[in-house]
Amino acid sequence: MEYSGEKLQEEKVFKDPVHRYIHVRDRVIWDLIGTKEFQRLRRIKQLGTTYLTFHGAEHSRLSHSLGVYEIVRRIVDDVFEGRPEWKPEERLLSLCAALLHDLGHGPFSHSFEKVFDLDHEQFTQQIILGDTEVNKILLRVGRDFPKNVAEVIAKTYKGKLVVSLISSQIDADRMDYLQRDAYFTGVSYGHFDMERLLRVMRPREEHAVIKQSGMHAVEDYIMSRYQMYWQVYFHPVTRSAEVILTKILHRAKYLYESGYEFAQEPHHFYSLFKGEVTLADYLKMDEAVMLYYFEEWEEESDAILKDLCIRFVNRKLFKYVEFHPSNSQMNRLMELRTLFKKAGIDPDYYLVVDSSSDLPYDFYRPGEEEERLPIHLLKNNGEIRELSRESEIVDAISGKRRTDHKLYYPADILRDESTKKNIKKQIRKLLELSD
Amino acid sequence: MFKDHANIINAISTAGEISGRKKLQKIVYIAKKLSFPFHEKFQFHFYGPYSEELTLRIEELCEMGYLNEVREKKAGYYQYCYSITDAGQDFLSIQEVEMPALGACLLDMNEQNARFLELVSTVLYFDTLEKEEVTEKIFTLKSKQKYTPEEIDEAYEYIEQLKTKAKPN
Repeated sequence: MEYSGEKLQEEKVFKDPVHRYIHVRDRVIWDLIGTKEFQRLRRIKQLGTTYLTFHGAEHSRLSHSLGVYEIVRRIVDDVFEGRPEWKPEERLLSLCAALLHDLGHGPFSHSFEKVFDLDHEQFTQQIILGDTEVNKILLRVGRDFPKNVAEVIAKTYKGKLVVSLISSQIDADRMDYLQRDAYFTGVSYGHFDMERLLRVMRPREEHAVIKQSGMHAVEDYIMSRYQMYWQVYFHPVTRSAEVILTKILHRAKYLYESGYEFAQEPHHFYSLFKGEVTLADYLKMDEAVMLYYFEEWEEESDAILKDLCIRFVNRKLFKYVEFHPSNSQMNRLMELRTLFKKAGIDPDYYLVVDSSSDLPYDFYRPGEEEERLPIHLLKNNGEIRELSRESEIVDAISGKRRTDHKLYYPADILRDESTKKNIKKQIRKLLELSD
Repeated sequence: MFKDHANIINAISTAGEISGRKKLQKIVYIAKKLSFPFHEKFQFHFYGPYSEELTLRIEELCEMGYLNEVREKKAGYYQYCYSITDAGQDFLSIQEVEMPALGACLLDMNEQNARFLELVSTVLYFDTLEKEEVTEKIFTLKSKQKYTPEEIDEAYEYIEQLKTKAKPN
């Protein structure tokens, strides 16, 4: 039997808190799960620094990847199978792309990518197409198979229906992370009727549509997503941890470039500092490695690096105030920066504006950017209508971006009056920080 | 601080005015691909490379009062035009933005229409592929735009012209 169609003698199942079981019957999927590149995802947390706010959020990108695979498996095997719009020859491609879609994520992705100017999606492509265990397995399916999997994940594959299963406004990726993140953070948002959504999903040439009868389940899903973004993903305490993490990496990079001699040599970081990261270097980097260095750097002689690492490791985070970008607020920020310098506190590391923004749902507007594949409803008469034209709830939030800005600072340092007492008092007044 | 914001304001200031969000997105993407230091992350969307980060940054700059956004009605849709304000000029004057060769590229790109820039940015997005494969990609992924082989040739020529302009003197 060809490798692509080879089945395991017995179906393998993994217990999963969200989907109860993850079912694996295809040999290719089983082999991919066993690769070192996929296993590395165990050491990357799905929600980065969120565990410092919601202590349960320790789940990994591996468990999310398995979850996305399971949802796509159910869609293609239970819902789409036998329908004329679905091409069964794209089944394995869909499953592999679902399983591998997050393969290139680095440790604490957001900050890591920002500081070192990296893109996890490019690393996902490199892992799939480069000299890796994953690539070897995909090549056994077919010469072009790794390329096709990479293209589905990059959204440049010709079959748009397959792409939309993993990347659209109602895709398996979101369906899994909303439920999984809700479960592990312990919040009551993020729940929606996925069983119902899957049951009413139908394949079309370029995307899946939802039967009209499932509209309320879609509304619920969109509202869940909205709530999760503002209650969990953009939580100000998590963002504070993210700000400190970013500044640690900036400081370490700056020190390296300035010729500073680290007491604990950061071997794993050298190629990142130099901007010459190979795939092998990248794959060695995970959150365990990064946290090891942060603990070591708590003993460094550089006061800023040491302080930031102590803060991150021991959760001594920055406090924040609302910051509405405007000319007057920018002037206040400049004034604060000057005062911070006078107080001997480097504002580049200790006074940070952080922004979050989300667009809960959007539809196609001809001639402009922000074109997202809208969610389509299939009416009883066969007509297809864009969701916000049918749902008043969705219409109310369509195209409405919500943005939030905060200014982060170290309250403990500003309250310490052993030095620069008067300047710190002035700063506290400007920040409306109590004594 | 705000270096990435300053880079965007500088680009819009140099261009004078940029009409359309799509055009602005493509101009910044192309400039980034020409190695100008823009750090916004781009992903492939239906109109080609698109950056959520850039959208957010532009919104912030409008809120800060550094950019002016005007909504104009076009045939069947609205288009947004961006220009720098006096406060934006003041902000820019205290920032260090060093991209001397960017001006000529920006002025040139701003004279092109959004449809052509969409094609140019898509060609650049697939710059690791052979021209034949890129052409196939464009015909498949952008079938609704109905680009011709001549337009694709033109896009390749245009990229070479821009690369020459982007070289520092």
